[in-house]
Amino acid sequence: MARAVTTQHKVIATAAAWIVALLIFFPILYTIITSFKSEQEAIQGFDLIPSWTLESYADVQSQYNYWKPFMNSVIISVGSTVLALLVAVPAAWSMAFSPTKRTKDILMWMLSTKMMPAVAVLMPIYLLFRDLGLLDSRFGLTVMLMLINLPIVVWMLYTYFREIPGEILEAARMDGASLWGEIWHVLTPMAVPGIASTMLLNIILAWNEAFWTIRLTTTEAAPLTAFITSFSSPQGLFWAKLSAASTLAIAPILIMGWFSQKQLVRGLTFGAVK
Amino acid sequence: MGKITLRNVNKSFGPVTIIPNIDLDIEDGEFVVFVGPSGCGNSTLLRLIAGLEDTTGGVISIDGRDVTGEAPAKRKLAMVFQSYALYPHMTVGKNIAFPLKMAGESAEVIDRKVKDAARVLNLTNYLDRRPGQLSGGQRQRVAIGRAIVRQPSAFLFDEPLSNLDASLRGTMRLEISELHHQLKTTMIYVTHDQVEAMTMADKIVVLNAGNIEQVGSPMELYKTPKNLFVAGFIGSPKMNFVEGAVADKFGARTIGVRPEHIKISTTAGDWKGKVGVAEHLGSDTFLHVHTDQGTINVRGDGEVGVNHGDTVYLTPMPTKVHKFGADGNTM
Repeated sequence: MARAVTTQHKVIATAAAWIVALLIFFPILYTIITSFKSEQEAIQGFDLIPSWTLESYADVQSQYNYWKPFMNSVIISVGSTVLALLVAVPAAWSMAFSPTKRTKDILMWMLSTKMMPAVAVLMPIYLLFRDLGLLDSRFGLTVMLMLINLPIVVWMLYTYFREIPGEILEAARMDGASLWGEIWHVLTPMAVPGIASTMLLNIILAWNEAFWTIRLTTTEAAPLTAFITSFSSPQGLFWAKLSAASTLAIAPILIMGWFSQKQLVRGLTFGAVK
Repeated sequence: MGKITLRNVNKSFGPVTIIPNIDLDIEDGEFVVFVGPSGCGNSTLLRLIAGLEDTTGGVISIDGRDVTGEAPAKRKLAMVFQSYALYPHMTVGKNIAFPLKMAGESAEVIDRKVKDAARVLNLTNYLDRRPGQLSGGQRQRVAIGRAIVRQPSAFLFDEPLSNLDASLRGTMRLEISELHHQLKTTMIYVTHDQVEAMTMADKIVVLNAGNIEQVGSPMELYKTPKNLFVAGFIGSPKMNFVEGAVADKFGARTIGVRPEHIKISTTAGDWKGKVGVAEHLGSDTFLHVHTDQGTINVRGDGEVGVNHGDTVYLTPMPTKVHKFGADGNTM
């Protein structure tokens, strides 16, 4: 029997949702507010009303080169996403439509690598990057981010592909489509919403990734995450400038996320609430 | 051409054998129906022929060419699936054109063939629609259209009508039969519905647990079933089976009498019984009569004036009694 939803329940649920959303968003909001304060205001303590000065933004622009790390972030996050999709689409196809007895184990193993603390492999990865000449290179970081996000990309695509009836792919096979034709003409267009949300999520994850991007870069390949940390100097922390830099770093991805939120939510809940 | 031959074809999934060794000849232009109860292996057998499943052993040949290891597309077969399996992101026209596009045909040829197929299947006005905007029958026609444009050597139908309602099923049954008469191409049709099998087939292959029980024309199977399974499966309503003293009189372990081969009387007859359910269909009357021999199904004409609770006498027509031995085979 369906439960009756009263107006009171609705009001409570909506209020609870807003409170949770504001709690989650508050650190970002406070960073944005602080970025519009002067350095003096910023260190004075908690205050939600800034003086709306653009001083910190001007300082960040004049003293530091924002566009270089910005472009690095774009190249690394988009590049790692494209690379991940190139590997993950065939992998997810084979797991969804041609599973073996061990497919589930492989999927679980892939997911388990995400549970491993990254610091555990910091040394071998660092040494490997050093020996291969990949330290502070956009290519090296692109490959690294592709690898760390690959399990999530494969899992998401696998979940999507599983929803596509196998008979449609068999029909394509009967109609003379090669394996590539089957993936290109039938599977991919049918899975466009899934691939798009996977792509968006991966770009966000790669854009926000800080552990490896800070440790494997210095100047040339440093993305925005490294750009933010450069504001922590031996002379002390400049909260307003740091906030302005952080706001500039998260703004592009925040705007992209805002416009694609419908797609993202659909992608993340696909299969779970279908 | 579309002569299909199966020799010692078998299929196992791990330790489970789905199809034991099967030998079968399907002649060019024949309409062959694989029929059997759920899980009898008829869909698996079709998929083996299509190449969508690999055989565990044996040889499948099409027009004398061994295709056992060949990819589905190379076998020159077209398949119509139970779920239609249309490409939802393509229009009807593009769905029908897809196999031609994969074959690298020119745009002109594709356009001509798609229009021809659409005309044959009454789909001309729907070519720009998406499958989601069509009814079940129209979708099934698109699936058939996609199959016929390739001019395959044989069509494979995997329970194509099971998702349709009863009335549409009847219409589509006729359409597929007419298509067969027009194209004269080999068709293999899988169904669990013995009415479809009887009405459409040139040849019926009755399957049970992966084994072929009998192969023959619908009337051969109806008149001379090889064993109890075929006798019970072919014919609607089902054949009545009687054992014991009555069967002994015929010198058999079991006798079988079809419901339409039993005379009904309210005054005298061999078996006395009480009518349990009387189904008056207008053209026919189906009676379920409780007798000492068990419940006997009888098919009478529409005018039979008996109802629930009435006492009736049943007499099987002696020449229409099927006799089966202890091994279940016809004597």
